Amino acid sequence: MGNLGLKIERFIEVFIDNGGYKEVLTGLENTLKIAVIGLIIGIVIGTLIATVRVLPKYKVLPKILNGICTFYVAFFRGTPMVVQLLLSYYVALPLMEINLPSVTVAIIVFGLNSGAYISEIMRGGILSVDPGQMEGGRAVGLSFSKTMLSIIIPQAVKNILPTLGNEFITLIKETSVVSFVGALDLYVAFNRIGSNSYEFMVPYLVMAIIYIVLVLFISGLVKLLERSLRKSDRSC
Amino acid sequence: MIEVVNLTKSFKNVDVLKGINVTINKGEKIVVLGPSGSGKSTFLRCLNCMEDPTSGSIIFNGVDIADMSVNINVHRQKMGMVFQHFNLFNNKTVIDNIMLAPIYVEKKRMRKLRFSNPNGEEIKSTKQIKAEAKENAMKLLKRIGLEEKADVFPSQLSGGQKQRVAIVRALAMNPDVILFDEPTSALDPEMVGEVLELMKELAHEGMTMVVVTHEMGFAREVADRVIFIDEGVIAEEGTPEELFGNPQCPRLKEFLSKVL
Repeated sequence: MGNLGLKIERFIEVFIDNGGYKEVLTGLENTLKIAVIGLIIGIVIGTLIATVRVLPKYKVLPKILNGICTFYVAFFRGTPMVVQLLLSYYVALPLMEINLPSVTVAIIVFGLNSGAYISEIMRGGILSVDPGQMEGGRAVGLSFSKTMLSIIIPQAVKNILPTLGNEFITLIKETSVVSFVGALDLYVAFNRIGSNSYEFMVPYLVMAIIYIVLVLFISGLVKLLERSLRKSDRSC
Repeated sequence: MIEVVNLTKSFKNVDVLKGINVTINKGEKIVVLGPSGSGKSTFLRCLNCMEDPTSGSIIFNGVDIADMSVNINVHRQKMGMVFQHFNLFNNKTVIDNIMLAPIYVEKKRMRKLRFSNPNGEEIKSTKQIKAEAKENAMKLLKRIGLEEKADVFPSQLSGGQKQRVAIVRALAMNPDVILFDEPTSALDPEMVGEVLELMKELAHEGMTMVVVTHEMGFAREVADRVIFIDEGVIAEEGTPEELFGNPQCPRLKEFLSKVL
């Protein structure tokens, strides 16, 4: 244990004196950017897919859309995130001759990926809303989409908020795979500090603590949000 | 006002309605009776295409709304509906429940007016629309004595209060007709009275009403015409005096002996 003090010293030297904290901050920023924007894209895509999936299926267009959505969900749930990331960055984009920074690619892939998961969460949420709510909306002459947006989805989101928080936490932790396409995230930042100081114990420990603090902070936020959304319940 | 021609409805292989013909005139109060499973609720739900009719037509204000190509939303705005389980929007306060559809419709109309306004009608701002809708909603709430409940959520209302709010929510659209689907069946007995009272008021004001109910007293007192549906067809129809006093078909006799 005697050399733990030495190790901490080495870490502090690289972290502060050699400017390692700058990379950590950029890494933190990228991690949050990828997770937050990815989640937002995911919620939008997930809600759209879930809506298509609960559409009545006796017309042709919903059937076709449903087929596309089924394929989409099967693809993004059926392959690992790393594979999707590599496919986008090294296959799809070069084929289309598009050049995007790796963080942007990561954001898009995370959005598409979580969209597939959130669609199933959201579908469950929509199905958990009393069908009478849809009838009530349609009976006063609101369109399907207006009823969906103003009545059904807000109630569905309230029901699935804990699961959605879970998805966000998963996304934060999954961001560590973006190093595969050369993006700088928390993991890469601490890995570099480790390489520079030839010492990995302390950097990885600090990294783990930062992840935990992040996740605890988000869980707290989700709880607060839940409480404020529960206003319309009888319990208060 | 509403003309139902040869209406049939099947769910999978079950024929629920087997050819219903009925004409509902403006200002008429019609009570629909029938044993459970007779198709009376399905009939009512077909009137505003909550259930799409399998065949036949429903002519409402001159338009066949059973035709899938018409924009049903526009016609439903003039055809209110009150449900057994109220179906108030749980995520909206009482007043928002009432204002939601009027604001939506008026905003849509203004958007269209912005493109073409042949009569030079005044174009209202969203703020104006909301203020007007709120004023009207408060008036309606005052009418049922619930103005102090404007900002609470439906979960904090009693069943009777919920149903009365649901009725004024339908009224807020100034409908030509209101359909009632067993409006008192889910209520505690002591709350049935307040809902029926409000329905009677509407009846006296000349609202066209189609009511599916088991409240025989209401049928006797308010109905201009009673329709008895059994096994998907209209088995008998007439004034309440005729149907209750001198029932003709054996099924109606049996039904009345059970419920009266």
